[in-house]
This record gives sequence, C-alpha cells and structure tokens, in this order.
Amino acid sequence: MKWIVDMFTSTLGRKLLMALTGLFLILFLAVHLAGNLQLLKDDGGRAFNIYAEFMSSNALIQFVSKGNFFFILLHTGMAIALTIKNRKARGPEGYAVVSGKSSHWTSRNMGILGTLILVFIVTHLYHFWAQMHGYWGNITTLDYDGKPVRDLYTLVDMWFAKGWYVGLYVFCMAAIAFHLWHGFASAFQTLGLNHLKYNGVINVIGKAFAILVPAGFAFIPLKMYFS
Amino acid sequence: MKITLKIWRQQGPNTKGHFKTYKLDHVSTDMSFLEMLDVLNQDLIKKGEEPVAFDHDCREGICGMCSLYINGRPHGPLQTTTCQLHMRTFSDGETITIEPWRASAFPILKDLVVDRSAFDRIQQAGGYISVNTGGVPDANEIPISKKIADEAMDAAQCIGCGACVAACKNASAMLFVSAKVSQFALLPQGKPERKERVEKMVAQMDAEGFGACTNTRACEAECPKGIQITNIARMNREYFSAMVSSYEVAAGEGGAG
Ligand code: HEM
Ligand code: SF4
Ligand code: FES
Repeated sequence: MKWIVDMFTSTLGRKLLMALTGLFLILFLAVHLAGNLQLLKDDGGRAFNIYAEFMSSNALIQFVSKGNFFFILLHTGMAIALTIKNRKARGPEGYAVVSGKSSHWTSRNMGILGTLILVFIVTHLYHFWAQMHGYWGNITTLDYDGKPVRDLYTLVDMWFAKGWYVGLYVFCMAAIAFHLWHGFASAFQTLGLNHLKYNGVINVIGKAFAILVPAGFAFIPLKMYFS
Repeated sequence: MKITLKIWRQQGPNTKGHFKTYKLDHVSTDMSFLEMLDVLNQDLIKKGEEPVAFDHDCREGICGMCSLYINGRPHGPLQTTTCQLHMRTFSDGETITIEPWRASAFPILKDLVVDRSAFDRIQQAGGYISVNTGGVPDANEIPISKKIADEAMDAAQCIGCGACVAACKNASAMLFVSAKVSQFALLPQGKPERKERVEKMVAQMDAEGFGACTNTRACEAECPKGIQITNIARMNREYFSAMVSSYEVAAGEGGAG
C-alpha cells in the first residue's frame, strides 16, 4: 500500500486531489445556485423554504454535505501544503525584477483568491448554515399545510437588506469568478485531460461557468436589496 | 549604444550576493548578449577586477548552458536562448538587470552560474531506454505514425536549459520532466520502462525540491524550444495510470521491472 501514500504525497498526487475536490466544488456551486434562484420566486419564500427544509433534513443530502465540508478542507489543506512547498522551491532570494507578461494574473493568484473564498465560506456558514441548524439565533418555524418548515427566507432577506453585506457577497462572488476563470480548465490539465479535440470545449464551458454562475449568485442579493 | 547593467555578484554558494552596476559605452547592436558580457569582462580584467561568471558553451542555441534572468524574464525579452539574443533587442540608454536562475534546486555556484545537476539526476532516474546489443535493427521495422513521431521529436527538442524552472513562480520543473517523459512514452522503444520511468522521474523531481505546477503556463511562454504544456498533461496521465497499475518499484532500484 506504500504506493498510495507515495502517490498522494507527491506533488502530482496532491494536485490530483486539488483538481478532483475543485471539480466537486464546481458541481456543488451549480446545485447551490439552482436552489438559491428560488429566492427570486414571488411567493413570500415558500418554494425556497420548502427546498431548504428538504436539503437540511434529507439523510442523503446531509451525507453529501458532510463530504462537501471535507472536500473544502482537503482542497484548502492541499493548497496550503503546495503553496509552502512552492515558496520553498523558489529559495530564500527572489527575483529583483519580474515581468508578469508570460502568465495570466488569475493563475498566479489562486492562493489569494482561495483565501478570500475561504473567509467568505466561513462567514456564510456562520450566518446561514449555523442558524438554520440551530447553533445560534432563533430561526422561526412556519406552518405550511400542517408541516413545520424553518423560515430561512426571512433570515436571508434580513441579511440581504444590509448594504455592506450585499457588497461583501458580490465581492466574494467576483473572487470565485476569477478563481474559476483559471481553475476550471486548470483542473482538467491537472487530471491529464488535455486534448486538441476537447480543449476548446473545456475552455468555453469553463469561462462561461466562471462568469455565469458567480453572476447568478451575485444577482440574487442585488435584486433583493434593490426591491 | 550605451547601456547600464545591474548584475548579481556572489562570491560563492554560501556567501551573500548583491547587485553591482556597470556602464558600457560602446555596445554594437549586432553583438549577441553573451558577446556584450565578454566585452564587459575584458574591461574588468584590464581594470584588475574579477570578471562576471556566467554559463555558456555552444553559443548556437542547442546546448542549454547559457542561463541568465534578464529584465524579469529567463533568456531576456525574446523566446530564445541567451546566446541567440542580440543587443538590438534593447534600446540605447536602457538599464538591463541580470540575475541568476532562482530555485532551491539550482543553487548558485558563483555570480550568474547555477548548478543544474538536479536535471541530470532526474534524467538518470529514468530518462533512458534499454537497447540490447546485437545487429543493427532496420530503422523502418517498427511502424510509428508521422504525427506521433513528430510529437515525440517536439518533446525531444528540450535542451535542459532550466528556463521553465526560472520562469515558474513555483520553480517547478514540470515542463522539463514532462518533455523527457513524453519523448519516450510516445514511442514503442520507450514502452518497456514506461511506467517505471515516470514514477522514478517524478519521485526524483520532488526529492530535488522543485515546486508543484499550478498551470500558469509561464514555462511554455518562456521555453526557447517551444515545449508545450500538453506534455505536462501527458505526464500527469502517465504518472497516475502508472501509480495505480504498475508493480511497486522503489526509487533507485535497477533493471526493467
Ligand atoms: C467554491 C469553492 C472553490 C472552488 C469551486 C474551487 C475550485 C478550484 C479548482 C477547479 C482549482 C483548479 C485545480 C487545479 O489546478 O488542478 C482550484 C485551485 C486552487 N484553489 Fe480552489 N476552489 C474553491 C475554494 C478554494 C479555497 C477555499 C481555497 C483556499 C484557501 C482554494 C485555493 C486554491 C488554490 C491555491 C488553487 C491552486 C492550486 C494549484 O493550482 O496548485 N480554493 N480551485
Ligand atoms: S522544457 Fe524548455 S525551458 Fe524547460 S529545460 Fe527544456 S528547453 Fe529549457
Ligand atoms: S550557449 Fe548553448 S544554448 Fe546558449
């Protein structure tokens, strides 16, 4: 079994974990957005609340959600390990002059963008996830045709009425956009899936995803704030 | 033309280095960059100062010895080797900063000279094929499609200069190693050691202390031989499939496993 340890402690193996967890998180973002878009439905939050209640009580979803937490930690852990190794690899003395011409800005700043995303995830979990799960605050429970349903909508609505919060949210979505501008196609390259026949498609889907999904997320609080 | 040079001077591997400024008043635009440094060194010798140590050998773009990080880019502003760079690329009165390759795996020996034997050790770990002695085989006996042969030849262009490491913000050697892995992985002659090769070369690359690839593509943009990152993807594929399917081999173990 030594080979498993060898593989996942090698730089290539660690990158493999980053890419796989990154792609899983991309999938998660798509599902999360689909759910969030129900906030825009003009029904006083009924559809969104029913959806949120289902997501937070269904056993399978909760299992996947635990996996999601683990993957975020794994992605972050590998990011830190690789960043430390990469710093060391440059050596104690850096270059006096560096021309930024030969690579794209996003690709050089994945760590900073990732850190912004991490800060966002933590605050986001604190404000919504922790309250939904009753760790603090007192979320009200509504009665939908005899079924108790927690009123996450009102909570979201309250936060999205605060200008600074909406600003922070939109800013962090921009960080995700830039992270994925490089990250989406990069993950395929890491997996070794670089092929002239498919590179074009991967790139187009990646760039489109990097713009549309964060834009979709950002649109929701903006719409709720201004209406 | 007149130029000002800011050059990294360092006595030895363990001494502290610093930049020193030199002015050259009569530089011909037709000189190669290395010839310009020769002129500087002549001046320094005449003045009784120590000449600047820098690496070079063939001076025709094939050996990979000439290094130099010029104005923030390996081999200077063009995608060539330093020996193929000419002073006409620079403008009159320009200040040119010259630094050594910076990577823990390439320790500085003196001034601008770095020790690139880490690359040799990676090659020794697996960058070879076994050829049996005996009669010379017919060159056309093994069918190889033109496209594959071309791709292997493109990978084989790598001259081991280390510009990829120098350009990479992580000092990663992925472009070099992947070129060496690809060159053999693509061809039937490389099949016997295919899995073992990539495993050993990657292990050696990590042991030498090169960084991990973050796919910034800076290497590809600076490689004087146009090696592409498709090779890196190929190496990733080769490595993962080798790791999950090979018989376990320990690094440094001899023979075809
Ligand atoms: C919604 C959350 C996130 C998604 C969808 C995501 C997605 C991705 C993807 C697809 C990659 C490319 C992997 C590759 O190049 O093989 C990547 C790379 C990276 N991520 Fe994330 N990420 C997320 C959160 C984070 C967080 C929280 C951090 C850390 C603090 C982080 C740090 C990084 C770093 C440093 C890289 C570059 C690693 C490398 O190329 O070696 N990411 N991410
Ligand atoms: S891949 Fe290119 S830059 Fe890197 S060592 Fe080979 S020739 Fe030099
Ligand atoms: S001196 Fe040989 S490549 Fe430049």
